[in-house]
Amino acid sequence: MELNEVFEKVKGLFVEDLGIDESKVTMEAKLEEDLEIDSLGIVEVVMAFEDEFEIEIDDDELADVSTVGQAVNLLHSKI
Amino acid sequence: MSKRRVVVTGLGTINPLGNNVSDTWNNLINGVSGVDYINSFDTDELPVKFAGEVKNFDANEYLGKQQARKLDRSGHLSIHATEEALKDAGLDTEERLGSEVGIVFGTGIGGIGATEQAVRTYDERGASRINPLAITQLMPNSSTGQVAIKFGIEGPSLTITTACAASANAIGEAKNMIQNGIVDMVIAGGTESGTTAMTIGAFAQIRALSTNNENPKEACRPFDKNRDGFVMGEGSTVLVMESEESAKKRGANIYGYISGYGATTDAHHITAPAEGGKGAVEAMKKALADAEISNEEVDYINAHGTSTPANDKNETAAIKTVFGDMAHQLNISSTKSMTGHLLGGGGAFESLVSLLSLKNNIIPPTINLNNPDEDCDLNYTPNVALKKDLSIAMSNSFGFGGHNGVLVFKKD
Repeated sequence: MELNEVFEKVKGLFVEDLGIDESKVTMEAKLEEDLEIDSLGIVEVVMAFEDEFEIEIDDDELADVSTVGQAVNLLHSKI
Repeated sequence: MSKRRVVVTGLGTINPLGNNVSDTWNNLINGVSGVDYINSFDTDELPVKFAGEVKNFDANEYLGKQQARKLDRSGHLSIHATEEALKDAGLDTEERLGSEVGIVFGTGIGGIGATEQAVRTYDERGASRINPLAITQLMPNSSTGQVAIKFGIEGPSLTITTACAASANAIGEAKNMIQNGIVDMVIAGGTESGTTAMTIGAFAQIRALSTNNENPKEACRPFDKNRDGFVMGEGSTVLVMESEESAKKRGANIYGYISGYGATTDAHHITAPAEGGKGAVEAMKKALADAEISNEEVDYINAHGTSTPANDKNETAAIKTVFGDMAHQLNISSTKSMTGHLLGGGGAFESLVSLLSLKNNIIPPTINLNNPDEDCDLNYTPNVALKKDLSIAMSNSFGFGGHNGVLVFKKD
Protein backbone atom coordinates (compact mmCIF):
# COMPACT_ATOMS: atom_id res chain seq x y z
CA MET A 1 0.00 0.00 0.00
CA GLU A 2 1.30 3.46 -0.95
CA LEU A 3 1.89 6.05 1.75
CA ASN A 4 -0.86 8.34 0.46
CA GLU A 5 -3.34 5.44 0.47
CA VAL A 6 -2.51 4.79 4.13
CA PHE A 7 -3.00 8.49 4.84
CA GLU A 8 -6.42 8.50 3.15
CA LYS A 9 -7.52 5.48 5.19
CA VAL A 10 -6.26 7.06 8.42
CA LYS A 11 -8.04 10.28 7.55
CA GLY A 12 -11.23 8.30 6.92
CA LEU A 13 -10.99 6.71 10.38
CA PHE A 14 -10.44 10.05 12.08
CA VAL A 15 -13.34 11.70 10.29
CA GLU A 16 -15.90 8.88 10.19
CA ASP A 17 -15.19 7.03 13.44
CA LEU A 18 -13.90 9.77 15.71
CA GLY A 19 -15.89 12.70 14.36
CA ILE A 20 -12.86 14.91 13.75
CA ASP A 21 -13.18 17.82 11.31
CA GLU A 22 -11.75 16.67 7.94
CA SER A 23 -9.84 19.91 7.31
CA LYS A 24 -7.79 19.38 10.49
CA VAL A 25 -6.44 15.99 9.42
CA THR A 26 -3.11 16.69 7.69
CA MET A 27 0.20 14.82 7.83
CA GLU A 28 1.61 17.62 10.05
CA ALA A 29 -1.33 17.68 12.48
CA LYS A 30 -0.42 16.90 16.11
CA LEU A 31 -2.68 14.25 17.59
CA GLU A 32 -3.10 15.90 20.98
CA GLU A 33 -2.87 19.60 20.26
CA ASP A 34 -4.51 19.82 16.83
CA LEU A 35 -6.93 16.89 16.81
CA GLU A 36 -7.74 16.94 20.54
CA ILE A 37 -7.12 13.22 20.92
CA ASP A 38 -6.26 12.57 24.58
CA SER A 39 -4.60 9.50 26.12
CA LEU A 40 -7.88 7.56 26.08
CA GLY A 41 -8.46 8.59 22.50
CA ILE A 42 -5.05 7.24 21.48
CA VAL A 43 -6.11 3.77 22.64
CA GLU A 44 -9.19 4.05 20.46
CA VAL A 45 -7.15 5.21 17.49
CA VAL A 46 -4.80 2.25 17.86
CA MET A 47 -7.73 -0.16 18.02
CA ALA A 48 -9.20 1.40 14.90
CA PHE A 49 -5.84 1.08 13.09
CA GLU A 50 -5.50 -2.56 14.15
CA ASP A 51 -8.97 -3.39 12.87
CA GLU A 52 -8.61 -1.45 9.62
CA PHE A 53 -5.13 -2.73 8.68
CA GLU A 54 -5.31 -6.13 10.38
CA ILE A 55 -2.09 -5.58 12.32
CA GLU A 56 -1.04 -5.43 15.95
CA ILE A 57 0.60 -2.36 17.43
CA ASP A 58 2.61 -2.60 20.65
CA ASP A 59 2.56 0.25 23.13
CA ASP A 60 6.33 0.85 22.77
CA GLU A 61 5.93 1.37 19.02
CA LEU A 62 3.82 4.41 19.85
CA ALA A 63 6.46 6.17 21.91
CA ASP A 64 7.61 8.35 18.99
CA VAL A 65 4.18 8.92 17.45
CA SER A 66 2.75 12.37 18.06
CA THR A 67 1.60 13.48 14.60
CA VAL A 68 -0.65 12.02 11.92
CA GLY A 69 2.39 11.69 9.62
CA GLN A 70 4.33 9.65 12.19
CA ALA A 71 1.32 7.36 12.62
CA VAL A 72 0.97 6.95 8.86
CA ASN A 73 4.68 6.08 8.56
CA LEU A 74 4.45 3.51 11.36
CA LEU A 75 1.41 1.88 9.76
CA HIS A 76 3.04 1.95 6.32
CA SER A 77 6.09 0.13 7.72
CA LYS A 78 3.92 -2.59 9.28
CA ILE A 79 1.63 -3.42 6.40
CA MET B 1 -28.72 30.97 64.89
CA SER B 2 -31.25 30.76 62.10
CA LYS B 3 -30.44 28.49 59.20
CA ARG B 4 -29.42 29.90 55.82
CA ARG B 5 -32.34 29.62 53.41
CA VAL B 6 -31.82 27.78 50.12
CA VAL B 7 -33.48 28.91 46.90
CA VAL B 8 -33.73 27.56 43.37
CA THR B 9 -32.80 30.03 40.65
CA GLY B 10 -32.52 27.86 37.56
CA LEU B 11 -34.24 24.80 36.11
CA GLY B 12 -33.34 22.52 33.25
CA THR B 13 -34.72 19.21 32.06
CA ILE B 14 -34.81 16.74 29.22
CA ASN B 15 -37.29 13.91 29.68
CA PRO B 16 -40.04 11.94 27.90
CA LEU B 17 -42.37 14.97 27.99
CA GLY B 18 -40.03 17.53 26.52
CA ASN B 19 -36.47 18.63 25.91
CA ASN B 20 -36.83 21.84 27.91
CA VAL B 21 -38.76 23.15 30.93
CA SER B 22 -41.46 24.99 28.98
CA ASP B 23 -42.54 22.08 26.75
CA THR B 24 -42.39 19.74 29.74
CA TRP B 25 -44.65 21.93 31.88
CA ASN B 26 -47.21 22.38 29.09
CA ASN B 27 -47.43 18.63 28.62
CA LEU B 28 -47.63 18.04 32.38
CA ILE B 29 -50.62 20.33 32.89
CA ASN B 30 -52.35 18.95 29.81
CA GLY B 31 -52.06 15.36 31.00
CA VAL B 32 -49.96 14.16 28.07
CA SER B 33 -48.20 10.78 28.28
CA GLY B 34 -44.54 10.65 27.21
CA VAL B 35 -44.60 6.85 27.14
CA ASP B 36 -44.52 5.02 23.82
CA TYR B 37 -43.25 1.93 22.04
CA ILE B 38 -39.46 1.65 22.02
CA ASN B 39 -38.00 2.08 18.56
CA SER B 40 -34.35 2.69 19.42
CA PHE B 41 -33.63 -1.04 19.65
CA ASP B 42 -35.29 -4.37 18.92
CA THR B 43 -37.74 -5.40 21.65
CA ASP B 44 -38.76 -8.75 20.13
CA GLU B 45 -37.17 -10.74 22.97
CA LEU B 46 -38.48 -8.49 25.74
CA PRO B 47 -41.75 -8.94 27.64
CA VAL B 48 -42.06 -5.13 27.83
CA LYS B 49 -41.94 -3.16 24.59
CA PHE B 50 -42.46 0.41 25.73
CA ALA B 51 -40.84 3.09 27.87
CA GLY B 52 -40.67 6.82 28.43
CA GLU B 53 -37.80 7.76 26.16
CA VAL B 54 -36.30 11.17 25.42
CA LYS B 55 -37.29 12.01 21.84
CA ASN B 56 -35.86 14.18 19.06
CA PHE B 57 -32.47 14.54 20.72
CA ASP B 58 -29.32 14.06 18.63
CA ALA B 59 -26.22 14.16 20.82
CA ASN B 60 -23.92 14.42 17.79
CA GLU B 61 -25.73 17.53 16.69
CA TYR B 62 -25.77 18.98 20.22
CA LEU B 63 -22.18 18.29 21.32
CA GLY B 64 -20.44 17.52 18.04
CA LYS B 65 -19.55 13.94 17.18
CA GLN B 66 -16.02 14.06 18.62
CA GLN B 67 -17.32 15.04 22.08
CA ALA B 68 -20.60 13.12 21.96
CA ARG B 69 -18.95 9.77 21.33
CA LYS B 70 -16.89 10.06 24.52
CA LEU B 71 -20.01 10.03 26.72
CA ASP B 72 -22.79 7.61 27.50
CA ARG B 73 -26.29 8.86 26.73
CA SER B 74 -26.74 9.65 30.43
CA GLY B 75 -23.86 12.13 30.10
CA HIS B 76 -25.42 13.75 27.03
CA LEU B 77 -28.71 14.25 28.84
CA SER B 78 -26.95 15.61 31.95
CA ILE B 79 -25.03 18.25 30.03
CA HIS B 80 -28.14 19.29 28.09
CA ALA B 81 -30.25 19.74 31.22
CA THR B 82 -27.44 21.54 33.06
CA GLU B 83 -26.91 24.02 30.25
CA GLU B 84 -30.59 24.96 30.30
CA ALA B 85 -30.58 25.34 34.10
CA LEU B 86 -27.44 27.53 34.12
CA LYS B 87 -28.80 29.80 31.39
CA ASP B 88 -32.15 29.99 33.17
CA ALA B 89 -30.30 31.09 36.32
CA GLY B 90 -28.63 33.88 34.38
CA LEU B 91 -25.17 32.29 34.58
CA ASP B 92 -22.62 32.50 31.79
CA THR B 93 -22.09 29.00 30.39
CA GLU B 94 -18.91 30.10 28.59
CA GLU B 95 -17.20 31.01 31.89
CA ARG B 96 -15.93 28.43 34.38
CA LEU B 97 -18.17 28.38 37.45
CA GLY B 98 -15.12 27.95 39.72
CA SER B 99 -14.37 26.60 43.16
CA GLU B 100 -17.23 28.25 45.03
CA VAL B 101 -19.80 26.14 43.16
CA GLY B 102 -20.47 22.50 44.01
CA ILE B 103 -22.20 19.69 42.13
CA VAL B 104 -24.32 16.85 43.48
CA PHE B 105 -25.92 14.43 41.03
CA GLY B 106 -28.00 11.33 41.60
CA THR B 107 -28.28 8.23 39.44
CA GLY B 108 -29.52 4.72 39.97
CA ILE B 109 -27.38 2.79 37.54
CA GLY B 110 -25.03 5.26 35.82
CA GLY B 111 -24.02 4.57 32.23
CA ILE B 112 -25.71 1.21 32.01
CA GLY B 113 -25.99 1.47 28.20
CA ALA B 114 -22.18 1.63 28.00
CA THR B 115 -21.92 -1.35 30.36
CA GLU B 116 -24.20 -3.42 28.16
CA GLN B 117 -22.28 -2.48 25.01
CA ALA B 118 -18.89 -3.28 26.58
CA VAL B 119 -20.06 -6.72 27.71
CA ARG B 120 -21.42 -7.42 24.23
CA THR B 121 -18.08 -6.43 22.66
CA TYR B 122 -16.13 -8.56 25.13
CA ASP B 123 -18.28 -11.61 24.37
CA GLU B 124 -18.15 -11.12 20.63
CA ARG B 125 -14.60 -9.83 20.05
CA GLY B 126 -12.59 -10.30 23.24
CA ALA B 127 -10.96 -8.09 25.85
CA SER B 128 -8.66 -6.26 23.44
CA ARG B 129 -11.61 -4.77 21.57
CA ILE B 130 -13.44 -3.27 24.59
CA ASN B 131 -14.00 0.45 24.11
CA PRO B 132 -11.25 2.23 26.09
CA LEU B 133 -13.85 4.82 27.02
CA ALA B 134 -16.15 2.18 28.57
CA ILE B 135 -15.11 2.77 32.18
CA THR B 136 -15.40 6.52 31.92
CA GLN B 137 -18.87 6.15 30.41
CA LEU B 138 -20.29 3.51 32.72
CA MET B 139 -19.08 4.70 36.13
CA PRO B 140 -22.01 6.16 38.12
CA ASN B 141 -20.16 9.45 38.67
CA SER B 142 -19.60 9.91 34.94
CA SER B 143 -22.32 12.55 34.56
CA THR B 144 -21.07 14.43 37.62
CA GLY B 145 -17.54 14.53 36.26
CA GLN B 146 -18.51 15.38 32.68
CA VAL B 147 -20.84 18.20 33.74
CA ALA B 148 -18.13 19.55 36.07
CA ILE B 149 -15.62 19.52 33.20
CA LYS B 150 -18.02 21.12 30.75
CA PHE B 151 -18.96 24.04 33.00
CA GLY B 152 -15.83 24.32 35.17
CA ILE B 153 -17.43 23.37 38.48
CA GLU B 154 -14.50 23.12 40.90
CA GLY B 155 -16.16 23.01 44.33
CA PRO B 156 -17.14 19.85 46.21
CA SER B 157 -18.77 17.07 44.17
CA LEU B 158 -20.82 14.06 45.13
CA THR B 159 -22.63 11.33 43.24
CA ILE B 160 -25.48 9.71 45.09
CA THR B 161 -26.70 6.26 44.15
CA THR B 162 -29.75 5.46 46.24
CA ALA B 163 -31.72 4.02 43.33
CA CYS B 164 -35.02 5.85 42.81
CA ALA B 165 -34.38 8.21 45.73
CA ALA B 166 -30.97 9.25 44.34
CA SER B 167 -31.72 12.71 43.03
CA ALA B 168 -34.04 13.57 45.94
CA ASN B 169 -31.11 12.72 48.20
CA ALA B 170 -28.82 14.74 45.89
CA ILE B 171 -30.98 17.84 46.28
CA GLY B 172 -31.28 17.26 50.01
CA GLU B 173 -27.52 16.92 50.46
CA ALA B 174 -26.97 19.99 48.26
CA LYS B 175 -29.36 21.90 50.50
CA ASN B 176 -27.32 20.88 53.54
CA MET B 177 -24.08 21.98 51.85
CA ILE B 178 -25.49 25.44 51.20
CA GLN B 179 -27.18 25.68 54.58
CA ASN B 180 -23.94 24.79 56.33
CA GLY B 181 -22.05 27.45 54.41
CA ILE B 182 -19.73 25.06 52.57
CA VAL B 183 -20.56 26.78 49.25
CA ASP B 184 -23.11 29.38 48.13
CA MET B 185 -24.22 27.52 45.02
CA VAL B 186 -24.70 23.87 44.06
CA ILE B 187 -25.69 22.44 40.69
CA ALA B 188 -27.90 19.55 41.79
CA GLY B 189 -30.01 17.03 39.98
CA GLY B 190 -30.10 13.58 38.58
CA THR B 191 -30.04 11.52 35.45
CA GLU B 192 -31.03 8.09 34.28
CA SER B 193 -30.85 6.49 30.88
CA GLY B 194 -31.62 2.85 31.46
CA THR B 195 -34.20 2.27 28.76
CA THR B 196 -31.93 -0.40 27.34
CA ALA B 197 -32.50 -4.04 26.46
CA MET B 198 -30.78 -5.82 29.37
CA THR B 199 -32.02 -3.33 31.96
CA ILE B 200 -35.65 -3.52 30.89
CA GLY B 201 -35.32 -7.30 30.72
CA ALA B 202 -33.87 -7.41 34.23
CA PHE B 203 -36.54 -5.15 35.77
CA ALA B 204 -39.18 -7.26 34.04
CA GLN B 205 -37.68 -10.36 35.66
CA ILE B 206 -38.54 -9.04 39.12
CA ARG B 207 -42.10 -8.33 37.93
CA ALA B 208 -41.65 -4.63 38.65
CA LEU B 209 -42.74 -3.43 35.20
CA SER B 210 -46.15 -3.00 33.64
CA THR B 211 -46.63 -5.39 30.73
CA ASN B 212 -49.47 -3.45 29.12
CA ASN B 213 -48.03 -3.75 25.62
CA GLU B 214 -51.43 -3.10 24.07
CA ASN B 215 -51.73 0.43 25.48
CA PRO B 216 -48.34 1.89 26.44
CA LYS B 217 -49.74 5.36 27.14
CA GLU B 218 -52.15 3.87 29.66
CA ALA B 219 -49.65 1.48 31.22
CA CYS B 220 -48.53 3.75 34.03
CA ARG B 221 -51.62 4.20 36.22
CA PRO B 222 -50.56 5.11 39.76
CA PHE B 223 -53.17 4.48 42.46
CA ASP B 224 -55.55 2.87 39.93
CA LYS B 225 -56.96 -0.54 40.89
CA ASN B 226 -55.65 -2.04 37.63
CA ARG B 227 -52.07 -0.82 38.00
CA ASP B 228 -49.58 -3.57 37.16
CA GLY B 229 -46.12 -2.10 37.60
CA PHE B 230 -43.97 0.88 36.71
CA VAL B 231 -42.85 2.07 33.30
CA MET B 232 -39.17 2.71 32.63
CA GLY B 233 -38.32 6.31 31.81
CA GLU B 234 -35.18 8.26 31.05
CA GLY B 235 -34.14 11.85 31.49
CA SER B 236 -32.10 14.41 33.34
CA THR B 237 -33.21 17.32 35.51
CA VAL B 238 -30.97 19.94 37.06
CA LEU B 239 -31.59 22.68 39.62
CA VAL B 240 -29.37 25.66 40.31
CA MET B 241 -29.54 25.92 44.09
CA GLU B 242 -28.05 28.77 46.06
CA SER B 243 -28.25 30.63 49.32
CA GLU B 244 -30.95 33.27 49.44
CA GLU B 245 -28.30 35.98 50.03
CA SER B 246 -26.34 34.88 46.98
CA ALA B 247 -29.44 34.88 44.77
CA LYS B 248 -30.62 38.27 45.98
CA LYS B 249 -27.16 39.79 45.68
CA ARG B 250 -26.99 38.93 42.00
CA GLY B 251 -30.65 39.79 41.38
CA ALA B 252 -31.55 36.25 40.29
CA ASN B 253 -35.11 35.06 39.64
CA ILE B 254 -36.25 32.81 42.52
CA TYR B 255 -38.52 29.85 41.76
CA GLY B 256 -38.98 28.92 45.40
CA TYR B 257 -37.29 27.61 48.52
CA ILE B 258 -36.04 24.15 49.38
CA SER B 259 -37.04 24.21 53.02
CA GLY B 260 -37.11 20.66 54.27
CA TYR B 261 -35.28 17.39 53.74
CA GLY B 262 -35.88 14.07 55.44
CA ALA B 263 -33.97 10.89 54.70
CA THR B 264 -34.41 7.44 56.22
CA THR B 265 -33.81 3.80 55.39
CA ASP B 266 -36.36 0.99 55.69
CA ALA B 267 -33.73 -1.64 56.58
CA HIS B 268 -36.42 -4.16 55.78
CA HIS B 269 -36.24 -5.65 52.26
CA ILE B 270 -34.15 -4.84 49.20
CA THR B 271 -37.19 -4.07 46.98
CA ALA B 272 -40.42 -4.24 48.99
CA PRO B 273 -41.43 -1.24 51.09
CA ALA B 274 -41.91 -1.79 54.81
CA GLU B 275 -45.53 -2.52 55.68
CA GLY B 276 -47.44 0.73 56.08
CA GLY B 277 -44.48 2.62 54.65
CA LYS B 278 -42.73 2.98 57.99
CA GLY B 279 -39.50 4.41 56.56
CA ALA B 280 -41.50 6.75 54.33
CA VAL B 281 -43.48 7.99 57.33
CA GLU B 282 -40.33 8.88 59.22
CA ALA B 283 -38.79 10.61 56.18
CA MET B 284 -41.91 12.76 55.69
CA LYS B 285 -41.95 13.68 59.40
CA LYS B 286 -38.27 14.61 59.33
CA ALA B 287 -38.77 16.75 56.23
CA LEU B 288 -41.66 18.62 57.89
CA ALA B 289 -39.58 19.15 61.03
CA ASP B 290 -36.61 20.36 58.99
CA ALA B 291 -38.89 22.84 57.18
CA GLU B 292 -40.25 23.91 60.59
CA ILE B 293 -43.86 23.50 59.46
CA SER B 294 -46.82 21.46 60.65
CA ASN B 295 -48.45 18.83 58.47
CA GLU B 296 -51.51 21.10 58.06
CA GLU B 297 -49.50 23.59 56.04
CA VAL B 298 -48.78 21.22 53.13
CA ASP B 299 -50.94 21.93 50.05
CA TYR B 300 -49.61 19.43 47.53
CA ILE B 301 -47.71 16.15 47.57
CA ASN B 302 -45.95 15.01 44.42
CA ALA B 303 -46.11 11.33 45.30
CA HIS B 304 -43.52 8.70 44.51
CA GLY B 305 -46.56 6.93 42.96
CA THR B 306 -44.79 4.38 40.79
CA SER B 307 -47.86 2.40 39.68
CA THR B 308 -46.62 -0.77 41.37
CA PRO B 309 -49.18 -2.50 43.59
CA ALA B 310 -46.92 -2.32 46.65
CA ASN B 311 -45.63 1.25 46.43
CA ASP B 312 -48.93 3.00 45.87
CA LYS B 313 -50.69 1.14 48.65
CA ASN B 314 -47.92 1.66 51.20
CA GLU B 315 -47.31 5.28 50.20
CA THR B 316 -51.02 5.97 50.70
CA ALA B 317 -50.88 4.36 54.13
CA ALA B 318 -47.78 6.38 54.98
CA ILE B 319 -49.42 9.67 53.96
CA LYS B 320 -52.42 8.82 56.14
CA THR B 321 -50.16 8.15 59.09
CA VAL B 322 -48.32 11.45 58.70
CA PHE B 323 -51.30 13.65 57.83
CA GLY B 324 -54.04 11.97 59.85
CA ASP B 325 -57.52 13.42 59.36
CA MET B 326 -56.36 15.96 56.83
CA ALA B 327 -54.90 13.34 54.45
CA HIS B 328 -58.16 13.35 52.49
CA GLN B 329 -57.99 17.13 52.00
CA LEU B 330 -54.49 17.03 50.52
CA ASN B 331 -53.97 17.36 46.79
CA ILE B 332 -51.69 14.56 45.67
CA SER B 333 -50.54 13.56 42.21
CA SER B 334 -48.06 11.21 40.57
CA THR B 335 -46.49 12.75 37.50
CA LYS B 336 -44.84 9.39 36.81
CA SER B 337 -48.19 8.61 35.17
CA MET B 338 -46.92 10.82 32.33
CA THR B 339 -43.11 10.44 32.39
CA GLY B 340 -42.74 6.86 33.48
CA HIS B 341 -40.26 6.19 36.26
CA LEU B 342 -37.12 8.27 35.80
CA LEU B 343 -35.40 6.16 38.50
CA GLY B 344 -32.35 8.07 39.76
CA GLY B 345 -33.55 11.13 37.85
CA GLY B 346 -37.03 11.03 39.38
CA GLY B 347 -36.49 13.05 42.55
CA ALA B 348 -34.97 15.96 40.65
CA PHE B 349 -37.70 15.92 38.02
CA GLU B 350 -40.40 15.84 40.66
CA SER B 351 -38.69 18.68 42.54
CA LEU B 352 -38.96 20.70 39.33
CA VAL B 353 -42.65 19.80 39.11
CA SER B 354 -43.21 20.82 42.74
CA LEU B 355 -41.48 24.19 42.24
CA LEU B 356 -43.39 24.95 39.03
CA SER B 357 -46.65 23.91 40.69
CA LEU B 358 -46.05 26.44 43.47
CA LYS B 359 -45.03 29.15 41.05
CA ASN B 360 -47.97 28.64 38.67
CA ASN B 361 -50.59 27.54 41.21
CA ILE B 362 -51.40 24.48 39.14
CA ILE B 363 -51.24 20.82 40.18
CA PRO B 364 -50.50 18.45 37.29
CA PRO B 365 -52.78 15.41 37.28
CA THR B 366 -52.31 11.69 37.80
CA ILE B 367 -53.37 10.39 34.41
CA ASN B 368 -54.90 6.96 33.72
CA LEU B 369 -56.57 6.97 37.13
CA ASN B 370 -60.04 5.62 36.33
CA ASN B 371 -60.69 2.71 38.68
CA PRO B 372 -60.71 3.46 42.40
CA ASP B 373 -58.77 1.11 44.68
CA GLU B 374 -59.96 0.76 48.27
CA ASP B 375 -56.33 0.81 49.45
CA CYS B 376 -55.71 4.06 47.57
CA ASP B 377 -58.55 6.36 48.60
CA LEU B 378 -56.96 9.83 48.74
CA ASN B 379 -57.32 12.73 46.31
CA TYR B 380 -54.74 12.01 43.61
CA THR B 381 -55.91 14.77 41.21
CA PRO B 382 -57.18 12.28 38.63
CA ASN B 383 -56.71 12.99 34.94
CA VAL B 384 -57.20 16.79 34.93
CA ALA B 385 -54.87 19.46 36.30
CA LEU B 386 -56.14 21.58 39.16
CA LYS B 387 -55.75 25.34 39.60
CA LYS B 388 -55.32 26.19 43.23
CA ASP B 389 -53.40 28.69 45.35
CA LEU B 390 -50.41 26.80 46.69
CA SER B 391 -47.76 27.71 49.25
CA ILE B 392 -46.05 24.48 50.25
CA ALA B 393 -45.36 21.26 48.35
CA MET B 394 -43.77 17.96 49.35
CA SER B 395 -42.07 15.47 47.04
CA ASN B 396 -41.62 11.81 47.97
CA SER B 397 -38.95 9.51 46.55
CA PHE B 398 -38.34 5.94 47.64
CA GLY B 399 -35.72 3.62 46.21
CA PHE B 400 -34.86 -0.05 45.99
CA GLY B 401 -32.51 -0.67 48.89
CA GLY B 402 -35.08 0.90 51.21
CA HIS B 403 -33.85 4.48 50.70
CA ASN B 404 -36.34 7.26 51.39
CA GLY B 405 -35.82 10.92 50.47
CA VAL B 406 -38.49 13.56 51.07
CA LEU B 407 -38.22 17.24 50.17
CA VAL B 408 -40.38 20.20 51.18
CA PHE B 409 -40.66 23.30 48.98
CA LYS B 410 -42.02 26.72 49.91
CA LYS B 411 -43.18 29.42 47.54
CA ASP B 412 -41.75 32.20 49.77
